[in-house]
Amino acid sequence: MSNTRVNPSAEELAARVERRGEFKNKERGQLPKIFWAEQEPGERVGNIREVPFAYTPMQARAEAVRCLSCKNEPCVSGCPVGVDVPAFLKLVADGDFRGAIRRIKETNLLPAICGRVCPQESQCQENCMVAKVHKDLGFAVSVGKIEAFLADWEREEGGVELPPVGAETGRRVAVIGAGPSGLACAGDLRRFGHEAVVFEAFHKAGGVLVYGIPEFRLPKDIVQAEVDNLERMGVRFEFDTIVGQTFTLDELFEEGFDAVYVATGAGLPYFVNIPGEDANGVYSANEYLTRANLMGAYRFPEEDTPVLRRDDVAVLGGGNVAMDAARTALRLGAKRVYLVYRRSREEMPARLEEVHHAEEEGVEFRMLSAPVEILTGSDGWVRALRVQRCELGEPDEKGRRRPMPIEGAYEELPVQIVIEAIGNGPNPLIPKTTRGLTTTRHGTLVVEEATMMTTRKGVFAGGDIVAGASTVILAMGHGRKAAGAIDAYLKAEAAGLPKPV
Amino acid sequence: MFPIILKETLGENVTLFEVEAPRVARRHRAGQFVMVRPHTASERIPLTIADVDKERGTITLVVQAVGKTTIEMTGEFEEGDEFSNVAGPLGNPTHIGVPGKPDDFRGVVACVAGGIGAAPMLPIARAFRDAGHEVVTVLGARRKDLIVFEDRLGSVSSELLVCTDDGSYGQKGFVTDVLRGLIERRRAAGGDVDVAIAIGPPLMMKFCSKTTEPYRVPTLVSLNTIMVDGTGMCGGCRVMVGGAARYVCVDGPEFDGHQVDFDGMMRRQAMYKPEEAASLARYREKNHTCRLEVPSAAAERTS
Repeated sequence: MSNTRVNPSAEELAARVERRGEFKNKERGQLPKIFWAEQEPGERVGNIREVPFAYTPMQARAEAVRCLSCKNEPCVSGCPVGVDVPAFLKLVADGDFRGAIRRIKETNLLPAICGRVCPQESQCQENCMVAKVHKDLGFAVSVGKIEAFLADWEREEGGVELPPVGAETGRRVAVIGAGPSGLACAGDLRRFGHEAVVFEAFHKAGGVLVYGIPEFRLPKDIVQAEVDNLERMGVRFEFDTIVGQTFTLDELFEEGFDAVYVATGAGLPYFVNIPGEDANGVYSANEYLTRANLMGAYRFPEEDTPVLRRDDVAVLGGGNVAMDAARTALRLGAKRVYLVYRRSREEMPARLEEVHHAEEEGVEFRMLSAPVEILTGSDGWVRALRVQRCELGEPDEKGRRRPMPIEGAYEELPVQIVIEAIGNGPNPLIPKTTRGLTTTRHGTLVVEEATMMTTRKGVFAGGDIVAGASTVILAMGHGRKAAGAIDAYLKAEAAGLPKPV
Repeated sequence: MFPIILKETLGENVTLFEVEAPRVARRHRAGQFVMVRPHTASERIPLTIADVDKERGTITLVVQAVGKTTIEMTGEFEEGDEFSNVAGPLGNPTHIGVPGKPDDFRGVVACVAGGIGAAPMLPIARAFRDAGHEVVTVLGARRKDLIVFEDRLGSVSSELLVCTDDGSYGQKGFVTDVLRGLIERRRAAGGDVDVAIAIGPPLMMKFCSKTTEPYRVPTLVSLNTIMVDGTGMCGGCRVMVGGAARYVCVDGPEFDGHQVDFDGMMRRQAMYKPEEAASLARYREKNHTCRLEVPSAAAERTS
């Protein structure tokens, strides 16, 4: 079995690509995986640049040759938007990058982003037959890396082909929130020829892609390029507008919008609710990351927004946001960063790659540790985090084994900053200020699954305001599904059905 | 972009801006604030709206130059310039009524303003007056040149009591002394103060709340804490009220002054003190030449 990291020479890559049509599946399944280069951990914690380097064209082709083109396509069914993975990999192997990116864009409008932030190991790559052959998920075909390569190739070399904009219908749709869901919806609305105006509370488009996900994981010029493309397709952006405050949904209809898509995201951070959270030095991950990313505190004092820089930091949580916060802390000069998680490694919801990168960079994982108190000095600043050791008990309703605190097993981690990354709730502003919207007990909006329409006619919703904390790709999928449903809704309405009130 | 159509110096380090922001102006109700990002490398700072002109589509902001962002704002932004971003109106509007009394109850409202707290007080005092309440305003500052909005507040109040710490204008004393005197006087005459609203520096709001507590006069304070987004997303503005964490941006900005942990709030307000000082020092350093040239040339001429 070839479960080792080897880097084939240029000749070997070329030879593999040359012989791509000749491999029997047995042989194909054994081809070594092509690993991409990455910035060295010691070096990269000193900068905010992206960690992995892109595949070279030949590497991408050689990696794509590993695909077995399985008949049952487990990768396609694993993708929330059903990207035709085997088809685009075949095109990549053949060197037809243009054809491949077109194929992806039939279902995924934001491949440069999804290639980087999708949890591939629990989606397209989870049931990859090649991984099964190697008995190692890490050896699945690198669908995400190839996808990112294609999108970068298109942007930097091939020239981006904008999806064709439909003939103007004269119908107007308001999209609330310029995150991945809103952006995807707005793009498709233009394809149908509807006017799309995106209202964004912040001064920049991208939502979690710009305030949350750090530069080293998703370079911001990539996000901006996607936003620019949408503008070229005729999407309009209105910043500094908080729907529910600057105007209400009712007013949007009064202003002549025919439908609304609500994609306001999961913008309300949860705190653990332990003593000491009011201390100086305690952040929600949302605040910490927004300061660092969107507000440019990485560059303080060149930019005015500060963020605390201290030697010892504890991050609470086990998801991608926790990894992002921990790795950001290292880049902001922390010498020791603890990642405190109640369960064990197996239950951690973060992407494998993020966990791996965090570990490589020296983040100290404190598994099976529940935070119980933030200890403060007489000055009111954080001086330590008190944690209680846990063991895993019976599975909970989601099937994850419940952490059970061990009596008397306490430990104090000496830290000056605590960052809580234990999740976010849906943003309450729109439900609070809009009549006729039904919410669940979690505060998310109730929608009809097939159309993403809320309980109010003409108002559609998707992304985290519907799904709770979810993924970029699912949010994007919702946006596209809603755009299709909005198109159908507007057509039906044009055919004589009454207008929403 | 949000053009500045009027800039006026109100007092030492205190500047008024009238800014074109039609959407904010249209929706604004007393007590709400905006997040302002003066230019593209600036912080986002919360500023309570001092006035609006719905016809002109403008809002009025009063800014005291205390840190790098506000010193830059007041020093470098002129009429015709633009602020990059003005987002709002944010926060809940002031409840125009007396806590614990029926909605149609009309009473006496003490509006206690400290320093530039006078500016955000104006729309609140006016809203109470317009709703038929009697508005008595207590306006205080450290000294005369820090008193702002005196005429404007006077025009919406049945009584305007001015005081300064050093006695350079109005009565000598603190707003708390004047407030206590007001309550005693009204009660002696068979009346009362039904609700007090205090806006100003945290210490002033803390002691106003302490002053009214023994009299059981419901007291609202308008908090202005550190914020990033102003929409509930970051939690940086959280403050303990009655033992529970509340977000100033979406739960406030007004809270029951008798319940607010002012000491905790002031401690959190000082969280970035070293960073703020460094940022300001760097800014002053960069502006060293242009700032110093004018006064030194003037000094040469007089010598």
